[in-house]
Amino acid sequence: MAALLNVVLVIPLAGFLILLFLPRHDHGLIRVTALFFTLAAFAASLPLATAPATPGFQLETNFSWIDNPPIRYHIGIDGISLWLVLLVTFLMPISVLASWKHIETRVKEFFLFLLLLEVGMIGVFVALDLFLFYVFWEITLVPMYFLIGVWGHERRIYAAVKFFLYTMAGSVLMLAAILWLYNATGTFDFPRMQTLIANGPLTLGPAQELLLFLAFFIAFAIKVPLFPLHTWLPDAHVEAPTAGSILLAAVLLKMGAYGILRFCLTLFPQASRDLAPAVSILAIIGIIYGALVCLVQPNMKKLVAYSSVSHLGFVVLGIFSFTQLGADGAVYQMLNHGVSTGALFLLVGMMYERRHSLEISAYGGVATPAPVLATVFLITSLASAGLPMLNGFVGEFLVLQGTAEADFRYTVLAATGVILAAWYLLWLYQRVFLNETPQEVATHMSDLSGRELATIAALVVMMVWMACCPKFC
Amino acid sequence: MDGLLPEILLSVFGTLVMVSDALTEESHKDWLGVISLVGIYSAVMAALISYVNRGTAFHGMILVDGYATFFRLLVFVIGFLTVLASFSYLKRDGLPQGEYYALILFSLAGQGLMAASSELIMIFLGLEISSISTYILAGFLRHDAKSNESALKYFFLGSFATAFLLYGVALIYGATGSTRLDAIRLAIEKGEAGGKLLAVATALMFVGFAFKVSAAPFQIWTPDVYQGAPSPVTAFLSTGPKAAAFAIFMRVFFTALPDSSEAWMWLLWISALLSMTIGNFAALMQTNIKRLLAYSSIAHAGYVLVAFASRTRIGAAAAMFYLAAYAFMNIGAFVVVSHYSSRGERYVAIDDYAGLGHRYPFLAALVTIYLLSLIGIPLTGGFFGKFYIFRAAVNADLIWLTVLGLLNSTVAAYYYLRILVVMYMQEPKESTPLDPLPAGIAATLVVSAAAVFYLGMFPGRVLEFATQAALFVPPR
Repeated sequence: MAALLNVVLVIPLAGFLILLFLPRHDHGLIRVTALFFTLAAFAASLPLATAPATPGFQLETNFSWIDNPPIRYHIGIDGISLWLVLLVTFLMPISVLASWKHIETRVKEFFLFLLLLEVGMIGVFVALDLFLFYVFWEITLVPMYFLIGVWGHERRIYAAVKFFLYTMAGSVLMLAAILWLYNATGTFDFPRMQTLIANGPLTLGPAQELLLFLAFFIAFAIKVPLFPLHTWLPDAHVEAPTAGSILLAAVLLKMGAYGILRFCLTLFPQASRDLAPAVSILAIIGIIYGALVCLVQPNMKKLVAYSSVSHLGFVVLGIFSFTQLGADGAVYQMLNHGVSTGALFLLVGMMYERRHSLEISAYGGVATPAPVLATVFLITSLASAGLPMLNGFVGEFLVLQGTAEADFRYTVLAATGVILAAWYLLWLYQRVFLNETPQEVATHMSDLSGRELATIAALVVMMVWMACCPKFC
Repeated sequence: MDGLLPEILLSVFGTLVMVSDALTEESHKDWLGVISLVGIYSAVMAALISYVNRGTAFHGMILVDGYATFFRLLVFVIGFLTVLASFSYLKRDGLPQGEYYALILFSLAGQGLMAASSELIMIFLGLEISSISTYILAGFLRHDAKSNESALKYFFLGSFATAFLLYGVALIYGATGSTRLDAIRLAIEKGEAGGKLLAVATALMFVGFAFKVSAAPFQIWTPDVYQGAPSPVTAFLSTGPKAAAFAIFMRVFFTALPDSSEAWMWLLWISALLSMTIGNFAALMQTNIKRLLAYSSIAHAGYVLVAFASRTRIGAAAAMFYLAAYAFMNIGAFVVVSHYSSRGERYVAIDDYAGLGHRYPFLAALVTIYLLSLIGIPLTGGFFGKFYIFRAAVNADLIWLTVLGLLNSTVAAYYYLRILVVMYMQEPKESTPLDPLPAGIAATLVVSAAAVFYLGMFPGRVLEFATQAALFVPPR
């Protein structure tokens, strides 16, 4: 069973290597190969869910990679990372399918980067050695940089460079902190470091703990993104190709939240508690600010991007409520957001392929020529807005309940975000899908093809299932 | 005798190349390159043999230890790759092959001597042998004004810097009565020497060495010299002589002057920060790729100085590792520049690289590997180099230098990314013609890329060797 986790990590890597040697002009073969390997990784990752729910890490592999300094290939999963790994493997075939027709130039490179990104993303969630974690963390940068910069929209270069530099500026601080920790403990191993800090052999002074916490936290907060470090996000999301937007929103943002949950809270508990009010207030500002920007946004993709800022605010708020419910809700909300915002980006991408515009004003009455598209878009919007019986509700409810235990004022403020979300999403739906159908819209907006329907159906099924059976988390 | 075998062989082969140059017809000149490769290969073997019989020679003037061997092997490999990459360049631009290869071999002999010297006069000799050869190499494009400027600047400023060094050597001798590094140290420890004379001598030697490694504030010559010199020579200049200069820099300061390390650490600290900052920020504004890489080379010297400033064994080992990693990624980058620039080095603007990713995917992929390594992305040698350096710095409580250095590497990412942007994300303005990749250049590029990955994935053995070799660094 422990080998399984390695298999999940190796399959996309194998796909990457095989793809390297395929002829570059045979686009069909390249697409099928990429789909095959992402599906294989998904299939291989499914049995992970049956791992017994015991506390601590499971399915560990641990051997030495470099002797001096002692860097180990140490991977394993627990109740949090398991679902995030599944989220990655689930969304990868969807991203491949979303790029099927959309990507016509440099097809081989595109899928190469996509598979490399998958390796990095899975690696981030399973790494239990701080060094290894940092390696995977940085490796996700390169393929995403190229995905945005080569296959993106008009301002792609600006967005790609901004994305790279923002993330790197944060992560070098994290590297400094990792080096400091190594110097103090003599190990990069996360479970060992945790024991050393928890049981007292390593005592951090309050000032040291605060600085180390900040070094890690800023790196993660940029990724989440937490207000006011979010400015790279609208650019990157809007300019990225559809698959890039899906993975950015659904997975890369979660890497930040996961990092906070995994490393900041466990290694620096006191500093986390001390700063919780400040972080919570920033999270609430993010929730409300993101939602307000959505209300005045004329660009659909940007609207969805800003809704991520708002939704991720809930995740951070839940984590820093320091309650069981809040933390559960945060993790659940991470998965929900991955599915529903991933789906929104997918749908916006499909609409762009038809109409070649992201402006809301270019649409109207789309429900008439494309009723199926309209239906799934409505379901997805409602899921994202947190309607009961769809997945978003469960996560947001848990977060708010957990926050209420901690400080009721936060709950009141954050709850406005839920209301605003319903407002901007339904208003978006109204402007795009209802009313009169202009002539250009009627000619361009054909309904979903079989491939597209299959892709989006998988996500819609997940939305309903995650709402009805939340116990699995 | 074993102690100097590599340098003797290199001198013999260098002379052989020069003599055969006069005796071979124009059509057979290719053989001169092959002779040089054989010469360097035999020098590598000789370096290994003399490592087996390590110890001192010539009354303690030569010291063959792990440290000397590490740098000997490094500069010889750099020389080998340079010669390999120069075959097609020399033919393309119609340059005299014999002199070129001979000068490279002599320069390598000088650098090997530097690596293995444990006495100030030998160090000076090695430095001059290496420098004079490279002064000529920098001006090898005789009809090119830029190349002439390069050689002249390099010669004048270089001689000036050497004078500083020599002045320092003289003062040290005056203060301690010896030029042998261990004897100098003993004299200082016994309290026979010290005070102002020694401080002035240390500062003067620091200036000389800092010039040779192109560390700020003695870096002014670097961009002009690197830009004007023929690209394969620049590849060589920025790696080989630099590594050898760092070798003696650390050897002298750690062996002879450890007592005053508290004081000269601040010289290194300031120089490191200045080099990283000036190098990286100046590189942001460059439009010529050779100048960009020249400024980046100043910044990389700054990173090595950070490791040096930590004054520990792991710091010295980190500096050695970094110099090795830097050599491969930088040679790779400059050799691509030399091939792409076309006859007379016409295409050296960054914008000339537009669309390279689309037109020559293989070449562009290689450039990407070198650039990612220069940025310091994991799984490349550049990353582990930086990682070891900053680990040593944190270990020595140089927290500020670490944070500033790491933030500097983010600034650096911007200008390296700009090259990637141009290559992959912009359309070519005019289709710059490109010859098919000659075998020599292809071999150099592939070997460099493989070395970058090897050092990035399995750095253990090289670091282990470097750590053993750095045992001469006194524990703090």
